[in-house]
Amino acid sequence: MIWLVFAFLTAAAAMSVLAPLARAGRRTGGLSRRDADLDFYNAELAGIARDLERNLISPADAESAKAEAARRLIGGADPQAKAPEAGSRVARSVAALASIVVLGAVGLGLYGYLGQPAFPDQPLMARKTAPPDRMDMMAAVAKIEAHLERNPDDGQGRDIIAPVYMRLGRYTDAADAWGHAIRILGSTPQRETWRGEALTMAAQGKVTPDALAAFQRALALEPSAPQARFYVGLAAEQDADAPRAIDVWSKLLADYPPDAPWAEMVRQRLTALGAAPAAQPGPASPAGEAIAAMPGAERDAAIRAMVDGLAARLAQNGGDEEGWLRLVRAYSVLKEPAKAQAALADARRELAQTPAALDRLDALARELGLGS
Amino acid sequence: MIVETGHYALVLAFALALVQGTIPLWGSLAGDRALMAVAAPASIMQFLLTALSFGALTYAYVVSDFSLVNVVENSHSLKPLVYKISGVWGNHEGSMLLWVLILALFGALVALRARRMPDDLAASVLAVQAWISGAFLLFILLTSNPFARIATPPMEGRDLNPILQDPGLAIHPPLLYLGYVGFSITFSFAAAALINGRIDAQWARWVRPWTLIAWMFLTIGIAMGSYWAYYTLGWGGFWFWDPVENASLMPWLAGTALLHSALVMEKRDALKVWTIFLAILAFSLSLLGTFLVRSGVLTSVHSFASDPRRGVFILAILVFFIGGSLALFALRASTLKQGGIFAPVSREGALVLNNLLLTSSCATVFIGTLYPLALEALTDAKISVGPPFFNFTVGLLFLPIFLFMPLGQMLAWKRGRLLGAAQRLTFAVAIALVAGLFLAAANGEPAGAAALAGLAMFVIVGAFVDVAGRVTGGGFSLALMARRAAGLPLSAYGTALAHAGMGLTLFGIAATGWGVERVISMRAGDTAALGPFTVTLDDLSQRQGPNYRETVGAMTLRSDGVEIGRVNPSRKFYTSRQMTTTDAGLKTISLGQVHIVMPEQNPDGSVDVRMYWKPYVALIWLGALLMFLGGGVSLADRRLRIGVAKRAQPRVRGPAPLPAE
Repeated sequence: MIWLVFAFLTAAAAMSVLAPLARAGRRTGGLSRRDADLDFYNAELAGIARDLERNLISPADAESAKAEAARRLIGGADPQAKAPEAGSRVARSVAALASIVVLGAVGLGLYGYLGQPAFPDQPLMARKTAPPDRMDMMAAVAKIEAHLERNPDDGQGRDIIAPVYMRLGRYTDAADAWGHAIRILGSTPQRETWRGEALTMAAQGKVTPDALAAFQRALALEPSAPQARFYVGLAAEQDADAPRAIDVWSKLLADYPPDAPWAEMVRQRLTALGAAPAAQPGPASPAGEAIAAMPGAERDAAIRAMVDGLAARLAQNGGDEEGWLRLVRAYSVLKEPAKAQAALADARRELAQTPAALDRLDALARELGLGS
Repeated sequence: MIVETGHYALVLAFALALVQGTIPLWGSLAGDRALMAVAAPASIMQFLLTALSFGALTYAYVVSDFSLVNVVENSHSLKPLVYKISGVWGNHEGSMLLWVLILALFGALVALRARRMPDDLAASVLAVQAWISGAFLLFILLTSNPFARIATPPMEGRDLNPILQDPGLAIHPPLLYLGYVGFSITFSFAAAALINGRIDAQWARWVRPWTLIAWMFLTIGIAMGSYWAYYTLGWGGFWFWDPVENASLMPWLAGTALLHSALVMEKRDALKVWTIFLAILAFSLSLLGTFLVRSGVLTSVHSFASDPRRGVFILAILVFFIGGSLALFALRASTLKQGGIFAPVSREGALVLNNLLLTSSCATVFIGTLYPLALEALTDAKISVGPPFFNFTVGLLFLPIFLFMPLGQMLAWKRGRLLGAAQRLTFAVAIALVAGLFLAAANGEPAGAAALAGLAMFVIVGAFVDVAGRVTGGGFSLALMARRAAGLPLSAYGTALAHAGMGLTLFGIAATGWGVERVISMRAGDTAALGPFTVTLDDLSQRQGPNYRETVGAMTLRSDGVEIGRVNPSRKFYTSRQMTTTDAGLKTISLGQVHIVMPEQNPDGSVDVRMYWKPYVALIWLGALLMFLGGGVSLADRRLRIGVAKRAQPRVRGPAPLPAE
């Protein structure tokens, strides 16, 4: 359908060029120079006559003006100039052909490069009334927002929309939504932490006093909450209170297994602050303790066996996101970058359907310095 | 589908511009009538395609189609309809589309009149116009495409910059563009004349309406912009010598000079080379203005790099058209035949003086605007050339313009008598003196304001002396006077009106010297004195607009205890942009205005209030309106003219002109 419209437009444009070329024989355009000069002279004479009639100029002035007009007529005429002809048939054909080629090639070529003919109009009203299964996420957000406007005390709705806001980068809205959720459903460590995080993101990564208060409320409810503790450390760092930041983060690392998803980041922060890299805390599981107790070579072999087991399991069941992350990290720790790369590629293929997992893989690859 | 159709129409318009720029030009050079005949229909088609494209974009704005990047970035579904429409040109991409739409409109208008023009002139003019359109269309398509789409459209746009959500945006840019782009036609005429090698009175006659139209719209466009700045920016000023303003003033000065020199060319077949040069200059300055505003050079030389493609592209357009036309000019100017001869003291001579002064002021503004930019680019030193420089230099150059304006109108063509002209102006001088003294007595200090206002009165009264003299020339019988008045050419009235308009503007500017300004903090119930009035803040209230919240101050204006009006300044907070704007409260009291803004709201409930009493300030814009009107009256005069010398007085023996008697 749209191509019909385009074809019609192109034809109309072409006609505007071809029609005058086709009517070559007859005079359709402007006047020839000679006619125009004569017209101009006659118009000048008429103007002088009218002025004379109205008594605007004296008869003598009228004569002098007429003389000047005549002088211009003669002066302007170029004796060699000949009236334009209809021109040769060849020139016309070349012009016609060239115009068609230019209109077609430039029009379609440039549009093909720039345009998106299959992209329909999307007026807002039509999108708002579209059936829900065809609604995009933005429409869903708008629907929830409208619902919340009517039911401002729906805490669950706030809980649902807040993470969506975070993903959309609407941090202030996210913080607001969690604020409402806390007001309606009560304070939990998770909600307080998320709210603090949203406030921090809204302030471009600066832990504001508001955000810090939220994290502290979360810690009052659950003193071990790792995210909140991390941000409390970050606040200290931003306040240039390095010793306190080091203290908070070191304790945080000590309380959790070394392969916690955030542990590496905290370690890097600590190193950046000039703190001695935190002592690797002992492994947390009984099996780990057993491995740690083995002599060097045996320990390596045991670890390799575990890693191979993990790899085999993942080859069977590729959906285990945490498993992939562990595997890549393990290869990297064992100084086998080729295998780490291969595992990373496998993981990306297996987890291609879950963008969040891909993000984490990318983050890990960056952290470990594995080019992607 | 509508959106993509608009996009395709824009691309097609570009392709058609290539054809229109080539075939008629070829025909004009080869003397081939059939090829030349392509120009007019192609121009009209070009306009239809561009209009279709503009319509499609407008449609996308009206229905809030957020699959267009441009709509997302500049619109909001809750915005009132009029701002949705004006938002189309309230941004870079859309305003460039408006620019080419107006370019095409002028092309189409010339095409409609092409039947009565010499065909080689019409063909060349339209071809050059097509080159300009083509360059800008390519610029839009490649670097600022308003039809760019987003795959996952958001549900809400980011709203238009709140300062632009004002009726001013609906009016000011289109008018200004009609002016800017109008000079493209005079440019095309100049280039065509150089290409065809024929420049004569006939050429001047064909250009005249276009120059007038461009000048009229530029005048009113600048005035509207100045009024808009006056009531929204809240500084109470009407002109800031801001580079963007200067960018529009420069083409105005060159265009005004062009208007006057084209007159000499039409009537006397003289000043041809100079007129062509001014035509090129006026449009070059319009392009320069576009470049300065669009490339980001103005905010800082370094932000040029932030969008190098756009800046470089416009710079290339600028170099191509200015350089190309000047090269053509250099090549052909020497071959132009010189026309009529005139004595220094004559209408022509006065117009030459006018041209010299106007182009000098234009050059002054040019230097003042570009020198800091050049200096910063070369040495990183930041200097600012501010109002004091411009007021002094441009003011100095305009003083003689005002002094000679009425005088020039009195002088005859070819050779005039200075003394006679001056004698006829004694009446105007007397009125100016009386008015100046009266105003000085009534308004007191500063004396400069009264002197300037007196000069303005001289210009205003002087503007009508010529017309009055011609009406009453045959005696004071009412019937005779009416007949003579009806017989006068419309252009004489047009001149008088436009000159008087300039005088009114000057009067308004002069009267700023008597203005009163107060900045205070007020609470509800407070009363403050402002010049001859008192202002009471009755109440502060909150209101919810469609896409903003506002705090409105209800104020009552009293003179000697008698209420004379209410003023409602407001502060609007736009949620989606998190921006606050101030709307001035205005009350016009016999040509003067009370202007009140609330720049700040304090936590303790009081507001900062900036109040002005500006006597006669409305005249600044009324004057521009009168200039516009004068241009229109002059435009309606379709006569052809030839300058007629008054018969030589025996005792004035100027250089003998060509056989005039």
